[in-house]
Amino acid sequence: MITAEEFVATVQQEGTMAVITMHGEINGLADPALDNAYTEAEEFNPDKVILDFADVDYINSTGIALIVGVLARARAARRSIGATGLSEHYREIFTITRLSDFMDIQ
Amino acid sequence: MTSLQGIWRNIRGQNDEAEQAIAAEAESQPTLPAETPDLDIAPNDPLLAYVQQMSGVLEVNNLQMDSPALHSLREAGIKLVVPLVSQGELIGLINLGPRLSEQEYSSDDRKLLGDLAGQAAPALRVAQLVREQQLQVAEQERLQQELRVASLIQQTLLPQDVPQLEGWGVTAYYQPAREVGGDFYDFIYFPDGKVGFIVADVTDKGVPAALVMATTRSILRAAAERLKSPGAVLERTNDLLHPEIPPKMFVTCFYALLDPSTGQLTYANAGHDVPYRYTSDGIKELRATGMPLGLMPGMEYEEKQATLAPGEYVLLYSDGLVEAHDPDYEMFGFPRLQELMGDQPDGAQLKEFLLEQLDDFTGPGWEQEDDVTLVTFQRAPAMRPAGGSTAEIAKNGAEWQQLITFELPSEPGNERQAMERVAEATTALPLSDSQVDRMKTAVAESTMNAMEHGNSYDAGKPVHIDVRHNETTLQIHIRDQGGRPVVMSETATPDLEAKLAGEQSPRGWGLFLIKNMVDEMNIQQDESGHTIELGIRFGEQNGE
Repeated sequence: MITAEEFVATVQQEGTMAVITMHGEINGLADPALDNAYTEAEEFNPDKVILDFADVDYINSTGIALIVGVLARARAARRSIGATGLSEHYREIFTITRLSDFMDIQ
Repeated sequence: MTSLQGIWRNIRGQNDEAEQAIAAEAESQPTLPAETPDLDIAPNDPLLAYVQQMSGVLEVNNLQMDSPALHSLREAGIKLVVPLVSQGELIGLINLGPRLSEQEYSSDDRKLLGDLAGQAAPALRVAQLVREQQLQVAEQERLQQELRVASLIQQTLLPQDVPQLEGWGVTAYYQPAREVGGDFYDFIYFPDGKVGFIVADVTDKGVPAALVMATTRSILRAAAERLKSPGAVLERTNDLLHPEIPPKMFVTCFYALLDPSTGQLTYANAGHDVPYRYTSDGIKELRATGMPLGLMPGMEYEEKQATLAPGEYVLLYSDGLVEAHDPDYEMFGFPRLQELMGDQPDGAQLKEFLLEQLDDFTGPGWEQEDDVTLVTFQRAPAMRPAGGSTAEIAKNGAEWQQLITFELPSEPGNERQAMERVAEATTALPLSDSQVDRMKTAVAESTMNAMEHGNSYDAGKPVHIDVRHNETTLQIHIRDQGGRPVVMSETATPDLEAKLAGEQSPRGWGLFLIKNMVDEMNIQQDESGHTIELGIRFGEQNGE
């Protein structure tokens, strides 16, 4: 039996940026944690919010919807979004879904 | 016994019908020959107040009051009046003429009459109540019967089947309100393969609406067979219907002619709710102007055209959906309908989806206010033609080897088990790392889809997964127990801009992802469920 690791997101300020470091799976269960992390990140009033996916091993279609939600909030507040630590596979998925058109993938 | 004339007469304002009926029965009994005065006591007649206060037998000649009723009684030769009182309520009078022996009534006679009245009154009251109830039941039955007739007319005239068109999926749904409204829909088939789609709504409800519906349907059909142009069909129908339709009634109607081979749609609208078209750029309206049918003759109807691209669908509907109210009397409304449609790329799934949303909106115990009619037609999405289907390869005789078959209960999170087990079973196959990653995502998403949309996360309904391969191809079947049609036919690119702008739900990525992860995706659907078939060819760099 595979048990899903609980999703955790932590927020750090780095200069004019906020970095959200995520651990675990981004699926429907990650919703409140990711949303809260983004709210916390906004408190720094950053120019840019970086999503760090290095420790994320699985993103499903519901998880993509959550990332779309974060992107929508950032766009409404005119903040840019960056992504780091994406695996080749998820880079491809971000390209196919065109999320990459709306975020700076490093 | 003396000449006892039973004369039950109306006391105005009290259960007229019931008492008349009882009076009729009493009069039909064989009685001694005597005149029976037609006594009708006005509610303000002092006699009425008097008999209500007094108990026992009253002698007409001893009564002194200015009463038209008393005057009538005297004229008719009535000697005694015996009030019939049950539970303090006057329910009738027994009026007696002179004794046949011409003697006066004795005190024994009066006592006998008093006793008789005491026993007759409750019995009479019971008879009255029974009669009232019978009349009520009869009235209810009449109404029920009328509803049945209306419903029967409507059901008889609605099409039994939806059009079976190659490359198209058509659904139709009709749910009458308790008091049947005047909705109808129809399909008209033409020899050149074109199909007419009609949705209409007659004002009013019940039998009148059903009859107008039947007339309108016949006229529309006749007009459509002679004239192809939808605008001309509505014009002709309006002119023919106008003299036939009762005043203040009219019919709203949308008529569209579809060429299934090209997706071209020509349509005209007689005042009906504007149908919506689902496209990859959002929801569009099929707008064309025209007055409702039957209001006035000589109307013209604007005619427009649209071409449905693969994956696009049209929703025809009636106001029963958009005008439904929630407990706070807020209306379901057009914006909500458009938004919901935007979240539902599968026309075949739309009906279920909207009905669920309507159910959530109105809350439990809602009595449907008006008929709800929904008709959809969707052009099948284009599947990727890359290099022939894996199913075809199978037919070409390549031998399949099964790798693993297993079932998983439909519980959230189990898609990860599905992808890990399929990955384990396929380690020996010549798949690149990126192919394995894509396969895992496709399996996980297909399993989620099956658990969620096919099995409604009912843990008792397992998802069945079968993995096999031949020399060239890996094939994975993921099967649900589909209680309802599954969102599996739509794989168009989601509109990310609309999602980011908050105009569409951020969800709706699953099928699009699956399609882009594999070389071939097919969906089969039968009574027992749905199977999604994933094909991955060895050595190909799919999805790029």
